[in-house]
Amino acid sequence: MSARPVLSLLLAALVLLFSACGKSASDQAAASGDLVVRIGSAAPLTGPLAHMGKDNENGTRMAIDDANAKGIVIGGKKVHFELISEDDQADPKTATIVAQKLVDEKVNGIIGHLNSGTTIPAAKIYSDNGIPQISPSATAVAYTNQGFKTAFRVMANDAQQGDVLGAYAVKNLGAKRIAVIDDRTAYGQGLADEFIKAATAAGGEIVAHEYTSDKSVDFTAVLTAVKGKQPDLLFYGGMDAQGGPMARQIKALALNVKYMMGDGGHTPEFIKLAGDAALGVYASLPGVPLDKMPGGKAFSERFVAKYQPIQLYAPYCYDAVNVMIAAMQKADSAEPARYLPMLAGISYDGITAKIQFDAKGDLKGGTVTLYQVQKGQWQPLETVGAQ
Amino acid sequence: MEIFLQQIINGLVQGSVYALVALGYTMVYGILGLINFAHGEVVMTGAMLALSALTALIGWGVSPLLALPVSLMLAMAGCMALGYGIERIAYRPLRHAPRLAPLITAIGVSIVLQNLAMMIWGREYHAFPQLIINRPHLIFGAIINDIQIIIVVMAIGLMAGLMVVVHRTRLGRAMRAVAENQHAAQLMGVDVNRVISITFMIGSALAAVAGLMVSANYGLAHYYMGFLLGLKAFTAAVLGGIGNLRGAMLGGLLLGLIESLGAGYIGDITGGFMGSQYQDVFAFLVLIAVLVFRPSGLLGERLAERA
Amino acid sequence: MKNFKFSKRGLLFFLMFVAVLALPFITDALLGRGWVRIVDFAMLYIMLALGLNIVVGYAGLLDLGYIAFFAVGAYCYALTGSPHLALAFPQLFPDGVHLSFWIVLPMAAMLAGGMGVLLGAPTLRLRGDYLAIVTLGFGEIIRIFMNNLNAPVNLTNGPQGISRIDPVRIAGVSLNTTQSVFGITLPSVHLYFYLFLGFAALVAFVSHRLEKSRIGRAWMAIREDEIAASAMGINTRNLKLLAFAMGAMFGGVSGTLFAGFQGFVSPESFSLMESVMVLCMVVLGGMGHIYGVILGGLMLALLPEMLRHSVVPLQQAMFGKVIIDPESLRMLLFGIALIVVMLYRPAGLWPSPVRRRELASDEAAERV
Repeated sequence: MSARPVLSLLLAALVLLFSACGKSASDQAAASGDLVVRIGSAAPLTGPLAHMGKDNENGTRMAIDDANAKGIVIGGKKVHFELISEDDQADPKTATIVAQKLVDEKVNGIIGHLNSGTTIPAAKIYSDNGIPQISPSATAVAYTNQGFKTAFRVMANDAQQGDVLGAYAVKNLGAKRIAVIDDRTAYGQGLADEFIKAATAAGGEIVAHEYTSDKSVDFTAVLTAVKGKQPDLLFYGGMDAQGGPMARQIKALALNVKYMMGDGGHTPEFIKLAGDAALGVYASLPGVPLDKMPGGKAFSERFVAKYQPIQLYAPYCYDAVNVMIAAMQKADSAEPARYLPMLAGISYDGITAKIQFDAKGDLKGGTVTLYQVQKGQWQPLETVGAQ
Repeated sequence: MEIFLQQIINGLVQGSVYALVALGYTMVYGILGLINFAHGEVVMTGAMLALSALTALIGWGVSPLLALPVSLMLAMAGCMALGYGIERIAYRPLRHAPRLAPLITAIGVSIVLQNLAMMIWGREYHAFPQLIINRPHLIFGAIINDIQIIIVVMAIGLMAGLMVVVHRTRLGRAMRAVAENQHAAQLMGVDVNRVISITFMIGSALAAVAGLMVSANYGLAHYYMGFLLGLKAFTAAVLGGIGNLRGAMLGGLLLGLIESLGAGYIGDITGGFMGSQYQDVFAFLVLIAVLVFRPSGLLGERLAERA
Repeated sequence: MKNFKFSKRGLLFFLMFVAVLALPFITDALLGRGWVRIVDFAMLYIMLALGLNIVVGYAGLLDLGYIAFFAVGAYCYALTGSPHLALAFPQLFPDGVHLSFWIVLPMAAMLAGGMGVLLGAPTLRLRGDYLAIVTLGFGEIIRIFMNNLNAPVNLTNGPQGISRIDPVRIAGVSLNTTQSVFGITLPSVHLYFYLFLGFAALVAFVSHRLEKSRIGRAWMAIREDEIAASAMGINTRNLKLLAFAMGAMFGGVSGTLFAGFQGFVSPESFSLMESVMVLCMVVLGGMGHIYGVILGGLMLALLPEMLRHSVVPLQQAMFGKVIIDPESLRMLLFGIALIVVMLYRPAGLWPSPVRRRELASDEAAERV
């Protein structure tokens, strides 16, 4: 039988793999006497959200490179920051495995995860091990509602953002009959529900609430159903990959509405995918426009030169790392237990906003900026503070 | 009424897309009795190849009207080679293996193709260039545009063409012989391996066409696009009776219509209790209902009880 | 004195038993605690694979929606062991429902078993690929309901999932905390390992007894030739339903464990890909053979993680830098592994001896 050599080959391969697994990235720069501080990054690097995940990783990496270039000193020692990046595949179960792995590698802090669905279960593991976690992009209210002292975010949550969007749609855009579509993900559904609350409170009427999925490409059926209800504004709770094609289909179906999305739509991808249907579309983004913040413009220019156009959350990752480092400097220690209280009480001028956390770990008074596509670019319209 | 008509059109277009892909599934199944689960990924590869070819050709200043057919040809050629390769590597050695073995290799092939595509073309969504002016047409207030008309016509045309190939040509006769009994066909002088390879290549060429049409219609291509499309097309093929070309067409159209009417009217039917989020539930329930009463699909032949 | 002599086989089993018991400590020491968690998940997957093995391996019914039963079990405990229901019924349950895990477990198993029958009933006449698509649809239907039942009454919390699920408690001791027994400290992941090991062993034992029983033989008769089986007086309808129900019960049990372990469930965890994974475990390991299925479960649960940990270091060692994106390479190698194993061992890595004999004779018949 030819099976035996194959099997033994397979076994040999497994042994090789196992031996390679062990303690991999640990003992590198430590020799030079520097203090090594490990920052963990967790985001989906495979699967449909891979482009967003890579963007997060790059934002985190850039902040770490900057910090290393600055030569920060903590506790009398020069610090070498090290990035440990993991792929959570946007899957909750994998997220907990990745979280445990990062904890094993003795990271001093975590930037992540990207999705709410992965951030929530992973937060429990970080909390159990006392490691501070700053999510750059998880917006579900439930994340900071679990009562963990270690959980923070530098992004306005669904309630904050939905509030602003709903009020703006009714008051500033004069929408009376509003249709809502959401993609049935934790992000899209959460944001859409908060939007509906705020829009109704402001006096708008929700005439249709339809649904799609984050893997769909054809939205003609739901859009036609929406058309039958004759709305004057359509809000889509979801990401750019669906929002862009949806804009094209809105145009193709001659559906005459103002089209609005949350932060998931505010990407260059969206404009690319929507083509000439992108013109006039509204979207929001938490924080203040990069151009208006000190250091913001420089960041985006450097980022684009080094990697690729900013997808979405890279600046938030950059801020998250810097906030974490600022807290370490303030505590003069990179020990999680020591710098955690400093992080909770910090006030830091980031490139996306002035960052302060409330008792839960949410961004205090999260501002949101509204944008519109004009001349093929997202142009800021107005920055609104959440009440 | 306009809305209803528009939903019918939406359903027909979506259904034709499913049918285009389902034809490829059913082709292979009809001859080999094997579900080529990697077919969705071949569709994706076709779309990606066409996109790359188009971008390159237009970059060299070739006129769009010429670039489109050329890149379609290139994509078809690429997919045919891919289909041939998949069959040779992953299916042929397993022709007499337990029935589930080729299923697992098919899953393996899907994973490999998806990740290769991600390495080659990147993780991001690619916008598909709009080459021909996509004019909208009004039919009693409902809208259909050029590309959508082309998709519907193409699906029907390709189905008819395949039927001619299978039922009227020498090759088709060989295919049917292989489907009936591989050993007997071999004894009668049919080169079974060759026929099966050709079947795969035809199926893959169809996939390339489908990929290009889907990308052109929705204006995007992405390494992940094959998965859901493949799944839906497979559902359509089973609904119509897998192995039957007319069944694939019928199943595709039916599934498209069920989805669009489901999305449009579930809310009204259930008084707002359920909405378009249940459109897939609706589609699967129809499928189950059909299979309960006709266990081989709508147009599938009633196979003798064979394991 | 004869009785005290260890047989070689007995000794082997004893050594294996000790090795398995020490596994979390060895893994923790050599590879880190993250790996203990991975092994914990591998145990859950083994349970799932053994459950699916009853349906696919014994009774020969191709099921592509198996993860639905896992989901049913997980949601059962998520609803009855967390503060969540307080949102939907504030008057009735002001603090949510906090039933003990040990009460929920049999309930969840029964419910999942019931769902199994529900799935089985309309599909009795279907075979092969038709059955596959219907079961696939069933799995999706369950997932879609869980994803959307946050309105009009917030039952499942929709895509947001349910968090803050109570940990499993044994005699009042929460497995979420580090315990020490006889001076040995046992972190949470170790405790869960022993819990899962116990359940996996139970599931394997029940599978083994079933395989050797009248029922098991009847299932295999149905698998080989349904008409012949029914001609021999086997009630194929009841036995097929029983296979679905038994498989589903095991799925429900492991789902309940999963919810307690992870503390959070959301519909994303129950996608089609998970069903496909479990099916791969069964087929790759060796359908209908308990050891094979266990091997398949272990391999497929561990392989992607091993690749995750080794792709970057290996590339660095070989080329000095990372050339190919580690994540896509990892999945790529995984796909290739599936293909290669099937090509060289089409009956699975470790097929049952009976199956191997059948295949050999098939091949012989083919050559004639």
